[in-house]
Amino acid sequence: MTQTNGHSPIIALRDITKTYITGTNEYQALKGISLDIHEGDFVAIMGPSGSGKSTIMHILGALDSPTSGQYFLKGKDISTYNEDELAEIRNREIGFVFQAFNLLPRTTVFKNVERPMMYAGIPPSEREKRAMDALKLVHLEEKAQNLSNHISGGQIQRVAIARALVMNPAIILADEPTGNLDSKTAHEIMDFFQKLNQDGHTIILITHEHDIAAFAKRIVMLKDGLILSDKENKQYVVS
Amino acid sequence: MSYPELVTSALTALKSNVLRTLLTMLGIIIGIAAVILIVSLGAGATQTITNQISSFGTNLIVVIPGSLSQGPPSGLGGSVKTLTPEDGEAILGSGRVVNVEVVSPMVTKPTKVVAGGVDVSATVQGVAASYQILQSVDMAQGEFLTEDHEQGLSRVAVLGADIAVDLFGEGAEPVGKSVKIDNRSFRVIGVAAPKGGSPLANPDESVYIPYTTAMKVLLGQNHVQAIMVQAVDPKLIDQTMEDINTLLSERHKIADGDDPDFSLRSSKDALATLDTVTGLLTALLAGIAGISLLVGGIGIMNIMLVTVTERTKEIGLLKAIGAKRRDILTQFLIESVVLTLVGGSIGIVLGISLAYVITQVVNIPFIVQVSSIFLAVGVSAGVGIGFGFYPAQRAAKLSPIEALRYE
Repeated sequence: MTQTNGHSPIIALRDITKTYITGTNEYQALKGISLDIHEGDFVAIMGPSGSGKSTIMHILGALDSPTSGQYFLKGKDISTYNEDELAEIRNREIGFVFQAFNLLPRTTVFKNVERPMMYAGIPPSEREKRAMDALKLVHLEEKAQNLSNHISGGQIQRVAIARALVMNPAIILADEPTGNLDSKTAHEIMDFFQKLNQDGHTIILITHEHDIAAFAKRIVMLKDGLILSDKENKQYVVS
Repeated sequence: MSYPELVTSALTALKSNVLRTLLTMLGIIIGIAAVILIVSLGAGATQTITNQISSFGTNLIVVIPGSLSQGPPSGLGGSVKTLTPEDGEAILGSGRVVNVEVVSPMVTKPTKVVAGGVDVSATVQGVAASYQILQSVDMAQGEFLTEDHEQGLSRVAVLGADIAVDLFGEGAEPVGKSVKIDNRSFRVIGVAAPKGGSPLANPDESVYIPYTTAMKVLLGQNHVQAIMVQAVDPKLIDQTMEDINTLLSERHKIADGDDPDFSLRSSKDALATLDTVTGLLTALLAGIAGISLLVGGIGIMNIMLVTVTERTKEIGLLKAIGAKRRDILTQFLIESVVLTLVGGSIGIVLGISLAYVITQVVNIPFIVQVSSIFLAVGVSAGVGIGFGFYPAQRAAKLSPIEALRYE
C-alpha cells in the first residue's frame, strides 16, 4: 500500500473494475480505478453520464462489490465481503446523503436519525442523546417530532446529514445531494458540507455540476470508466 | 431493532392505508369469526341435545322386544311377544344383575281420553309405581301410582300437565274426577307437573295408568313393550347391560349364536351417536373455515407482495443505512403477523358477538370455549408467518442498488 504523509489513506482503491452482465451483453463500467482518499479530504467525483460515476459511488458506498481489484477501507480489504458484512460496513463506516428519497415516509425526523443506531444495537438512552446532538448540529432539534414529509427539501437534506453523522462514520458519501434543491438552498447545504469538512469529517461528493464540485478541495474527473484527472481544486474557497 | 419497535413501526405502516388494511384483513376476520361462531354454536347445540337426552336419564337402560339384526321393531313391541313383567322382576330380584336400582315394565297405547264431553288424543302409558323415580315425575296435584294399584289392577290414572289442562281447563282440580280411556272409566289420582317436551316423547301429553291394568283391560296381552331399568352407577352401565343380556337370554332360552328376541338400549348409546354426528358436523364446518382462512392468507400474501414492491426504495434506503437481510425479513414478517393478529382479534370479537345474538334468538346456551380463542390467535399468527414469509423474503433478498434505483 502506498504511504502518503506518513498516514495510511482511509480509502484505497486498487485497480477496481466492474463489469455488468445482462443476458449475453457485457458492459465494463469501471476499467481499472486506483484512488487514495485521506482522512479530512473533501473529494468531488465528477463525470458525464456513462463515465462510471454511479458505479464508483456504489462501490465506495459498499453497496456493491467490484468485479476485480481491491478496496481497502481503514486498511481492511472489503472487496470480498458478503452482503451482511457489507451491510455492517455501511452501517458503521459510511454516512449516505442521497439526492432523493433520503427519509422514511410516515416517520418522524427523530426516528429517521435514530434508525442506523437501531441496526447497530445501541441502547435507547444513548440513541436519543446522539440523535438529538446530531439534529442540533444541523439546527433541526425543534423539528425532531415532525413527520419527514412535513419539512422542506433543504431540511430533508440536513436531516439526512444528521443521520449520516450519527454513527460517526469514516466517510460521508453524498450522491448528488443538491440535485433536488434550488440554487440558494443548494449552496447552503454545500456550505454545511464544507463546515463539516473543516471539523475533520472526510467527505466524498458525487456530482455532475461544476459549481457544486467547486466546494470540494479535490476534484476527480471520470471518463469511460477511467480516471481522467485528479487535481486539487484551485478555486477552493472557504465561505 | 427490538420487537416493540418493530411492532410499532408495523402498526404505523398499516395505519397509513386503513382501507387497504381492512380489506386485506377481511378474509382473516371472516375465517376467524366463522371458527369462533361454529365452535360456540356447536357447543351450545350439543349441550342442549345432551341435556335433553340426559333428562331421560344417563343411567337408563331400555329393554325392548325384537332383535336389532332382525330389522327395526315396528314401534315399541311389534310382533314379538316374549318380553314379560316377570323378566323385569327377574332383573331386579334375581340378584344376577349388578348395579340395578329400579325397574319398570311399560306398555303404551295412543288413544282418546274423554272427560265431560271433551276428548283429547293422548299416549296412555302403563307403568309401575317405580316409574316416578325412573323418570323423576314431579306431581302438581295428588299422588302417583302405587304398588297397591298395580296389584289390584286399579282403574286409576295420573294425567300429564297438558292433558289435564285440555280436559279440565286451566287451574282446575281434576283429582277425584273421572275420565274415560277407551270407554272405560278411570279415577284421576294425580296430575304431573309440566316437564317440557323431549325428542323422545312428550310426558306432558301422557296419561299414566298401572301397567297391569293397561295389559289386562286396555290391551288384553301378557307381554310388555319395554322394560325400563335404572342403574345405580352410570359408569358400570356396560356391566349391567351384559348381565341383563345373559339373564334374559337364559330366561328366553336363546342358544349361543342365535339372535336374541330382545335388545338393549341406553342413553349412553344415544350420546355416543350424538358425539359422532356433532364431530362430523364440526369437522365439515371447520373445513369451510379452513378454506376461508386459506383464501384470507392468500390475500395477505398478495397485498404483502404489493407492499414490498411499493416500498422497494424504502428497503433500498434501509439497506444503505445498515439493515441486514434478517432485519428486513423480520420487519415485513412482523408486519404481516400484526396484520393477521389484528384481523384475528376483530374476528374473535365479531364471532363471539354473532354467537351471542344467535344463541339468544334460537334459545340455546351461549358457550365460548377459551380453547377456540387460543386456536384462533394461533391460527392468525400462523397464517401471518406462513403467507408473509415469501413476500418478506423477497424484500430481504433485494439488492441495495437495484432497490435504490427502483422508480
